[in-house]
Amino acid sequence: MRFTKDHEWVELNGDVATVGVTAYAAEQLGDVVFVEVPEVGKTVKSGDAFAVVESVKAASDVYAPISGDVVEANGELSDAPETVNASPEAAGWFAKVKIADAAEIEKLMDRDAYEAFLQTL
Amino acid sequence: MSQSPLKTTPLTQAHVALGARMVEFAGYEMPVQYPEGVLKEHLWTREHAGLFDVSHMGQARLRGADPLAAFETLTPGDFKGLKSGKQRYSLLLNDEGGIVDDLMAARPDEDGLFMVVNGGCKENDYRLIAQALAGQAEVERLEDRALIALQGPEAAAVLEQHVPEAATMTFMEARALTGFGVDLIVSRSGYTGEDGYEISIPGRAAETVWNTLLADERVKPIGLGARDSLRLEAGLPLYGHDLDESVSPVESGLEFALPRRRREAADFPGAQRIVRELTNEPARVRVGLKVLEGAPAREGAEVADEAGAVVGRVTSGGFSPSLRQGIALAFVPPIHAQAGTRLKVLVRGKAQACKVVDLPFVPHRYVRKL
Repeated sequence: MRFTKDHEWVELNGDVATVGVTAYAAEQLGDVVFVEVPEVGKTVKSGDAFAVVESVKAASDVYAPISGDVVEANGELSDAPETVNASPEAAGWFAKVKIADAAEIEKLMDRDAYEAFLQTL
Repeated sequence: MSQSPLKTTPLTQAHVALGARMVEFAGYEMPVQYPEGVLKEHLWTREHAGLFDVSHMGQARLRGADPLAAFETLTPGDFKGLKSGKQRYSLLLNDEGGIVDDLMAARPDEDGLFMVVNGGCKENDYRLIAQALAGQAEVERLEDRALIALQGPEAAAVLEQHVPEAATMTFMEARALTGFGVDLIVSRSGYTGEDGYEISIPGRAAETVWNTLLADERVKPIGLGARDSLRLEAGLPLYGHDLDESVSPVESGLEFALPRRRREAADFPGAQRIVRELTNEPARVRVGLKVLEGAPAREGAEVADEAGAVVGRVTSGGFSPSLRQGIALAFVPPIHAQAGTRLKVLVRGKAQACKVVDLPFVPHRYVRKL
């Protein structure tokens, strides 16, 4: 699993990357009450706002950590947005993206680097 | 952004000790939520009793030869008729009939008028009142006092154990009482739609009172996040969002704050516009919207009719923890304001179905009779 400074995670299986928000992000957001996942077929560029997660208080963008085409979105989150809090780095995944450039993943932080980054916040 | 350090309340350390997430609000460092989070805090207040620090709000006394008559020159309320022990909701108005602030003013005792104004407006309010009433009445700021709110269906039973007289009060009554060993100003009112109290306390005693109330298992601390979602469900406007200097009391559905004697005399700031809007119709009115699909609609979202023409704007909105759906307050022309009217709300480019509903979204549970 790789991580961004915006608190998204990516896990690569073959050429498909599963994307979600980190446990830290979920804790900071508070109770998630609404999730808007990207449409299947959409082409995203790394850094694009590609999903939205909302707490009682506010809406926050989720940024695509890598570029590619959305091949699957987690429809479960529309009925059970609280899954993002309960299982942010597993069942609370947002989308699966067929990656355009594997090198982009290598630029992201590994868990140790991400944990170290969290210590600086 | 202001670089000046944030102000604290007598309870700031207590919030930090409880693990609150602190944010800037009205120039103060305030708790937006405690570790349980907004959703649980909100529901706890609806079911039990929530304790809020609202010490950022302005507390003041208006004193003078006839402070009640003097206050009527700035507001459309009936203060000459305000009996001892009663409280009223009222508005400071500008000469165009726009709302400068909304406030509570009470006679807890015979010492003039006790008022509570919005934290973000208080400096401007005090200046305006002092200037307008110079020679007639004086404002004394009560900056050494804290203000807490105890809200929810179990609030009365909790407070009665410490302040027995509180249980004998009804909604919108206010009294100077002794409790927790100090002098208190207690009103049976609040900003959640629930039964409950707002309690003014000498700052030095605030932490003791706060901790004593929290020791009751029916009481949990509630942050500003849930305070906002609770007042939204109760359909209560928030100054700076739903109310501002361009909005009139008629547009914002606050006709109850415009008693007949004052309407007929038309002797308050902006009376010309306000009387005209009462007689004819204002250009826009505040309505409640239930969002029927998609994301919650938040402040700034445009409201459109079914044909897609933009007719208004959301002034506050979010997710209702009690109703489990998006709710919002919006201003639209009266032709679109009937309960049941289907409209659209535009969220991130999507036109989502919504409908106009009567306010409040969640019924008020004020105790009007004992």
